[in-house]
Amino acid sequence: MTKELWKGNEALAEAALRAGLEAYFGYPITPQTELLEYLAKKMLATGRAFVQAESEVAAINMVYGAASTGARVMSSSSSPGMSLMQEGLSYIAGSQVPVVLVDIMRGGPGLGNIAPSQSDYFQLTKGGGHGDYRPIVLAPASVQEAADLMYGAFDLADKYRYIVIIAADGNIGQMMEPIEMPPQRRLEKKDRGWELTGAAGRPHRLISSIYLQSEALHQFNMHLQAKHRQIEQNEVRYEEYLLDDAEYAVVAFGSAARAAHSAVRWARAKNIRAGLFRPISLYPFPHAQLTALAQRVRALLVVEMNTGQMLEDVRLAVAERVPIQFYGVTGGLVPFADDVLPEIEKLTRLDNGAS
Amino acid sequence: MLNEHMQTVFDYPDALTPGVTHYCPGCTHGIIHRLIAETIDELGIREKTIGVAPVGCSVFIYNYLDTDFAEAAHGRAPAMATGIKRTLPDRIVFTYQGDGDLAAIGTAEIIHAAARGENLTVIFANNAIYGMTGGQMAPTTLPGMRTTSSPSGRDVEVQGWPLKMSELLAQMPGASYIARRSVHDPGNINKTKKAIKTAFQVQLHQAGFAMVEVLSSCPTNWNVSPKDALTFIKEQMLPYYPLGDYKIGDAIKTLV
Ligand SMILES: Cc1ncc(C[n+]2csc(CCOP(=O)(O)OP(=O)(O)O)c2C)c(N)n1
Repeated sequence: MTKELWKGNEALAEAALRAGLEAYFGYPITPQTELLEYLAKKMLATGRAFVQAESEVAAINMVYGAASTGARVMSSSSSPGMSLMQEGLSYIAGSQVPVVLVDIMRGGPGLGNIAPSQSDYFQLTKGGGHGDYRPIVLAPASVQEAADLMYGAFDLADKYRYIVIIAADGNIGQMMEPIEMPPQRRLEKKDRGWELTGAAGRPHRLISSIYLQSEALHQFNMHLQAKHRQIEQNEVRYEEYLLDDAEYAVVAFGSAARAAHSAVRWARAKNIRAGLFRPISLYPFPHAQLTALAQRVRALLVVEMNTGQMLEDVRLAVAERVPIQFYGVTGGLVPFADDVLPEIEKLTRLDNGAS
Repeated sequence: MLNEHMQTVFDYPDALTPGVTHYCPGCTHGIIHRLIAETIDELGIREKTIGVAPVGCSVFIYNYLDTDFAEAAHGRAPAMATGIKRTLPDRIVFTYQGDGDLAAIGTAEIIHAAARGENLTVIFANNAIYGMTGGQMAPTTLPGMRTTSSPSGRDVEVQGWPLKMSELLAQMPGASYIARRSVHDPGNINKTKKAIKTAFQVQLHQAGFAMVEVLSSCPTNWNVSPKDALTFIKEQMLPYYPLGDYKIGDAIKTLV
């Protein structure tokens, strides 16, 4: 297979098409817009459902409607737009229809700016809207990984009848890298017993998130929790780099992990036994793997493009077994390897001081 | 002998599920549901119809109509219906919405569905009040009308003017059929039925957006008897919300 040069946003769009995307509803917002524009060109030309909605509120509810018919459907946005979609996401989770979203994260709060950020971590991984639900959240660190995760996202959403969000920061959306684009898939459509198609020769169906009786809503929430436990068991994804003999581990996701990767290499050149742990699934978070890691290393460094959001999950997993340091930049500032290296060096001093 | 000359003139519609509704005595949501059911039967579209329910008193409409249904978030029914219709263009998709749902929280969604000329049928029950939440002021509450959130009557200087959605949506080139009807007496019920049928036929002809606004009663939250509620529609609502056809697009001139 030959490699081609793709821009992150367009690679995501093309991978979605090749995975059998049938419908798209979205609203322009930087740094995500190329994704919408790419799909406008491709989908309108082939008669597939594409609507530029009047807002992200409308877009996510169009997605909700299309998903209720069993269609492969997605939307994409960036942080302020994701905030607007939270109402719809809560309803989608509450009625268990499969939906895929892409969030090309930018700086907040408020209008913030259009530069790369990872500050939607809380909003995406903890539910975001009202109620006890959590979407599956996958964070690519390269354009190739973005395309691959996108390609598999619809099957994952179908498998659990749930929301899958590809959470990439503006760097991944905007950068160009050589990648292998996965092949076009042919989808076979069959009735799965819940989608709305018109009650022809069968009892009518309902897609709804209402459970008026307390006991019934409790039962439904227990069902969602069981789904979460299954997802936590089956869908944890992460990458390890030089961790086998590591004394110090950096934990980072998305493009922050790229800087951390180089910093770890440089640390090794300085005879510091450093390694990198990169969560790919932010929910389900690789909790057990980090707990195990904390038993092997002397200290951890968390690097993020926010003020310490994943840090809280790392702390939960590590439970004070080893010291955890944090290095974060915001506002569109990007951590570079030469920012991260001194932070790794600090870990070694911290460790000496403690012993 | 008698049987030969007997003819069924009134029957329970197939598309209406058996049983009682949860509506208060004198509420007209049930009448409007029935008119939709009769229309679905007459057009033979029950097996290809998908409804979108609102948030409001009629949230449980899906229990009363024997078609597939989706339950939307408050005000988002036109967006959800757009998503359904765009993926299943050969199905008949309709929303049923109250005035809070359609004219307050969902104003953007209804205007843009009309502006896009979505092939949707919208049945808009305007009872000038928030029924489900216990009688607060609605975007359609009449000037001077008392509600729990306008206790001394709606003061237009403070609380603004009620929205006339039929007049507003009729401006849109994408809107093909916009009509306002009422269900306060049998004659008007028959006219409402005809308009609802037309609104579904517009969609069968893929002629764009169709909406019937139906002036509807809420005796419980208006604090009047069921009978007085019908009088209130006639005497108070009709002057502010005149009945009529607000838009009959060229493509459907032969339908009406
Ligand atoms: C986002 C949101 N805000 C508020 C509510 C509370 N709420 C439920 S129904 C309703 C108003 C319904 O009024 P209307 O649409 O006029 O319908 P009716 O009940 O009068 O038939 C409100 C405000 C809600 N469910 N969701």
